[in-house]
Amino acid sequence: MKLTTTLLTSTALTVAAGVAAHAQDMANDMTLVSWGGAYQASQQKAYAEPYMENNPEVSIVWDESSNEAVAKLRAMNEAGNITWDLVDVVASDAMRLCDEGLAMEIDHDEALAAAPDGTKASDDFGDLIVSDCFIPQIVYSTTFGYRTDMVPEGAEAPNDICDVWDTETYPGKRSLEKRPINNMEWALLCDGVAKDKVYDVLATDEGQQRALDKLDEIKDDVIWWSAGADTPQLLADGEVFMGSTYNGRLFSAIVEQDQPIAMMWDAQVFDLDGWIVPAGLPKDRLARVMDFLNFATDTQRLADQAKYISYGPARESSAPLVGKHADLGIDMAPHMPTDPNNAKNTFLYNYEFWADYRDDIDAKFQAWLAQ
Amino acid sequence: MSNVTDATTGAGEPVPGDNDTQAAKAENGPVMAADGRPLKQTLRRTLRREKMRALLLIAPLLVFVVVTFIVPILSMLFRSVENDIVQNTMPEAVQALQAWDEQGTEPPGDEVFVPLYFDLFKASEAKQHTQAGNRLNYEQPGLSSMFRSTGRDFDDMGEAFQDVFEEIDPAFGKAEFWYEMLSGEGGKALLEDRRALYAAMTGETMSGDVGFAPSADMAQMLPWTTKAYTDFAIWTAIKENDTVAEENPWEAVYAALGQDLRSPETVVAIAGYSGPGAVALKAAAENRDQLPQDSFREMFVASDKDWESVQAWRTISLFSPPVTAGYFLNSVDLTKTVNGIEARPETQQIYLTLFQRTMVMSLIITGSCILLGYPVAWLLANLPLRTANVLMILVLLPFWTSLLVRTSAWKVLLQQQGVINEILVWLGFVDDANRLILMNNATGTVIAMTHILLPFMILPLYSVMKTIPPTYLRAAKSLGATNWTAFWRVYFPQSVPGIGAGSILVFILSIGYYITPEIVGGTDGVFISNRIAYHISSSLNWGLAAALGSILLIVVLALYWCYDRIVGIDNVKLGG
Amino acid sequence: MSNLTVDIPRPPLNSFTLPLMAVFAGCFGFVVGNVFAQPLIGFLIGAAIGAGVALLAHSLPRSRRNVRLGLIVVFGLIGLILVGPGALVAGLLIGAILSWAAYWLGSGAYRSSVPTYYTARQTLWHNSFLFICGLVFFFLIAPLIPVIWLSFNAENFFTFTPEMLNFQAEGYSLKHYRDFLGTEEWMVPLKNSLIIAPFATFISVSLGTLAAIGLSQSHVPGRQAIMAILISPMIVPLIISATGMFFFYAPLGNWLEATLGLNQSFVGYVKVILAHAVLGVPFVIITVTATLVGFDKSLTRAAANMGANPVTTFFRVQMPLILPGVISGGLFAFITSFDEVVVVLFVGSAQQQTLPWQMFTGLREQISPTILAAATILVTVSICLLTTVELLRRRSERLRGMSPG
Repeated sequence: MKLTTTLLTSTALTVAAGVAAHAQDMANDMTLVSWGGAYQASQQKAYAEPYMENNPEVSIVWDESSNEAVAKLRAMNEAGNITWDLVDVVASDAMRLCDEGLAMEIDHDEALAAAPDGTKASDDFGDLIVSDCFIPQIVYSTTFGYRTDMVPEGAEAPNDICDVWDTETYPGKRSLEKRPINNMEWALLCDGVAKDKVYDVLATDEGQQRALDKLDEIKDDVIWWSAGADTPQLLADGEVFMGSTYNGRLFSAIVEQDQPIAMMWDAQVFDLDGWIVPAGLPKDRLARVMDFLNFATDTQRLADQAKYISYGPARESSAPLVGKHADLGIDMAPHMPTDPNNAKNTFLYNYEFWADYRDDIDAKFQAWLAQ
Repeated sequence: MSNVTDATTGAGEPVPGDNDTQAAKAENGPVMAADGRPLKQTLRRTLRREKMRALLLIAPLLVFVVVTFIVPILSMLFRSVENDIVQNTMPEAVQALQAWDEQGTEPPGDEVFVPLYFDLFKASEAKQHTQAGNRLNYEQPGLSSMFRSTGRDFDDMGEAFQDVFEEIDPAFGKAEFWYEMLSGEGGKALLEDRRALYAAMTGETMSGDVGFAPSADMAQMLPWTTKAYTDFAIWTAIKENDTVAEENPWEAVYAALGQDLRSPETVVAIAGYSGPGAVALKAAAENRDQLPQDSFREMFVASDKDWESVQAWRTISLFSPPVTAGYFLNSVDLTKTVNGIEARPETQQIYLTLFQRTMVMSLIITGSCILLGYPVAWLLANLPLRTANVLMILVLLPFWTSLLVRTSAWKVLLQQQGVINEILVWLGFVDDANRLILMNNATGTVIAMTHILLPFMILPLYSVMKTIPPTYLRAAKSLGATNWTAFWRVYFPQSVPGIGAGSILVFILSIGYYITPEIVGGTDGVFISNRIAYHISSSLNWGLAAALGSILLIVVLALYWCYDRIVGIDNVKLGG
Repeated sequence: MSNLTVDIPRPPLNSFTLPLMAVFAGCFGFVVGNVFAQPLIGFLIGAAIGAGVALLAHSLPRSRRNVRLGLIVVFGLIGLILVGPGALVAGLLIGAILSWAAYWLGSGAYRSSVPTYYTARQTLWHNSFLFICGLVFFFLIAPLIPVIWLSFNAENFFTFTPEMLNFQAEGYSLKHYRDFLGTEEWMVPLKNSLIIAPFATFISVSLGTLAAIGLSQSHVPGRQAIMAILISPMIVPLIISATGMFFFYAPLGNWLEATLGLNQSFVGYVKVILAHAVLGVPFVIITVTATLVGFDKSLTRAAANMGANPVTTFFRVQMPLILPGVISGGLFAFITSFDEVVVVLFVGSAQQQTLPWQMFTGLREQISPTILAAATILVTVSICLLTTVELLRRRSERLRGMSPG
């Protein structure tokens, strides 16, 4: 390992040197891969546009393929034709890519800017650097939204994750993601498993069956979604009473689109999204990417992104700089999943566990769905 | 209905309609052509030339399709049996594992763990060990993390040896010491062997000058060390473009020396050794009791206790051959165990259900397309061309609307708060509390797919019906047939090729669809293609996806063959 | 048509038109009554109205247009007054249908499309058959209605808002059209689609037609197998094709870029065009071979006899005759490329993003009726195109002195 680290440091060093001295050695075209929609727009405004202002020779192409990023990167790698320069993925995908050698390992302190007060990048990001290849950008959460006008009279607004299972008090359909992740955890939590025991239980066959049995209780009331845009649409249609999705989507539906929807933050599951650099980039492209990366993940840029979308910046030093929404002028801090009021009861996603059990539990989950 | 002879029956026989040939047959004795050669010969030549010309016309497209489609698809489908990753990642361990008793209750010992360590160390440098872990994880969950977590400890395992060696003699910490000691004559074969193993693992040629050749004597005396150092040298020189003599060896090389020193013969041999590095080696041999004494198995188990699990080793052993039926078994809900092939646990059985559902629903969709398409095609074929063409625009119009848009439109129409339900509730036919569930189930898939595939039924039906003279029906009626009899006995049989063409088209297209079922199908309206797509883009289990795809393809080819037998592929018509 | 109706006797009012209209309008009344939970009363009122309309139509057979207009307006107003602006449309529709039915039945026009010797039952069957076909056509077109309607939505959801249903101006907007026409996000994919689809079509049509002609010769060894190979792109599930082709085109692209020094974006287009061309091949092969089955081979012999070389024969004799098949094959190939999303997702890169790709990510990542606006524009363009083609066909028929069919 020593060898590889020295090697990495030295590449990082040459990269850093290259940034300063030889701007002409950097490629001028960059393909960034992201999710499309409002999220990509926020990256465009907060990172790409200011960067292009500083470097007018650069042109950036966006590829909205983050959803298929792992498969496509693997195919690109096998074919030896890497066309992407920087890829936005969720943390679990970043770990898979790193494991398979498809993403480049990064020395965070060398490659990324320190905080304004001089804190090293690795400390500023802290625990959020879940993989050597991963440069975190945002903290998002998967949580529930519900239709305020469909709350039955006399009932309180739902504020507990187990209200999802309470179809007596809250009739109507629910929308859940068509995969076991998160759903199995919520099911066990509502089946009386303690929060810190969830993954121990889920590692056993009985525990998996227990979670599926719990989900079975509401199976007939669930519409399964697979695209991030589904739940907000289902809520807007009144097709479901409550549904899980990413908090930024709900923010957009509630605040920007003015729909009668409210958030239920209970047992929100935190997750991370960030960049990875594909392994095997040619030197000139790598130099450009590292230059952009250094710019796009500094404290100010990450804080700027929060102007456009309600995801929490991954740097600790960015949090105080989070300001108001760019168009609506409302304060963004209370809409962040990390806001203390929202984060009273949160659940931590276990990357290791899902890396191991994903295929197995998914097979069971799909078989259960098909029954 | 033309009477052009089918090529398969026509080949080799005289061409019907060719009067010369028949005339030639009628007489005995050779008939001469105008140029004086026997007519038979001339005809054969013409025939050959005709064949050549036909083939030449077909050739560009055939080559294009074969090269850009058939070959890539076959190589994709080959992944369904390909399984060389385990063997390529840990070649020596797999070989050692052959001797292990799968049925036994004991995990293998150091005879497997030692080569495993060096194989995996090398693989972890190349970032390949997790891929093997992921492959095995498809068969038994947990193996992926076993490989991954132990991969992180490989350096530490080697460092435990390194620290002691360097304490015994600082020379062990020097790059040139190792280089001098292990270089020599006669080891070319070893070098090429190791290079070939690398090439198999990484899929690259790994060719180039290594700048190091192992000594055959050292390979004899210190087998593990020489192999490990050679691996290190190849990787350093070729992948990292460094000079071998200037780089400190991998931790694995120290571990290898430690392993070599555990053999009494090696200790004896070192005592009689006098080449480069003899001093340090002798010192190490004398102080070998200071080296870590744990077996490699113990080190692996300390890193992850699952290495002790017999089940894990059975899986590794079962899935180490380079070709496997595992993916195919998996795609019919079976699994390979040491006791032979068994059914998967009931909670994991899904593919047979999905195959069956795909077939049944595709049949239903085809049926409803016939039902809806037949009258429309009849109408179009029997209306004056003017009106028919205007109505044809209506049939073609949905074609011009993206599939995605049409599917979303059905979503807007069918959902519980959707247009159809809203209208029915507003009109008071459906109770607000009990809205019809038209979507997120099989009904939704059938409705939306019928709509999407209907033009593929109407167009071939129309072009066949266009060729049926309306006089036949009139004739039948004037001979006293009722409307129904005239239709059923006269018209319908002639339109069967159209139904066949439309059905095969709709059926084949529908079993391959996945976007529409994904959007409107909910849980019980999804097809096998959805799972294939899932395995391609999410779970990355491409082997399983290829196996599922192969099965689907075989089914379709069988259908195609049946269809060709019954109706003849020439009768497939689209519009025109 | 008008000279025909004169020959058809008007059916009796009291025993045919009046009761039928009463039942027909009664059904409408039943449905409308059901809205107010009084279906039976609705039925009776409807029947009465139907009878009235029948009488009116019967007594004023000559001023058909005025009576119909008047009835439509009256029914629309009733809807507006009783329920609201939403029901105005329903009222107008009912008025149109009822008044049409009254004249259609009353004047005997319902028999105009069947031979005079048809019995009543046969006429009934014929007309219900037409009605069924009408329903199927409606089924084909129905999804386009919400697409077009919702594309004018003022909100960013695929949802009918109360404002939209009440036809209030604030429920509608053209913003999605502005989004579509005014942003690079949509214009670039449109441009890409318009580059890729024609080239792909051209390749599949030209190679496909040649091969189909080859296949239609009488002695082709291994013909069944060749046919199976050529049709295979239609048979293999798309997702498998997509991944398989990716592994072929990625190294090919590398090679083109490195060895021939071609521009990366150009190579990207070439890859997608070739991939789409393969997908279009089966459609061309199927349609053209089918046309060739009916092709009279003596024509080519005749041409050769008169001294035409094979190329001239092909372009002057064979091609014009099989052109309809080639065109419809080309149409399918074009649509295959124009509507293809799975393969381009794998084979293409961001520079070659096509319209369906943009729609696909649009549907997944943001809920915006912009894709509906895109669809509406495409539908409008295609209606114009198809209509033009049909008009041109009629004109050429007229010019060639053939009676328009």
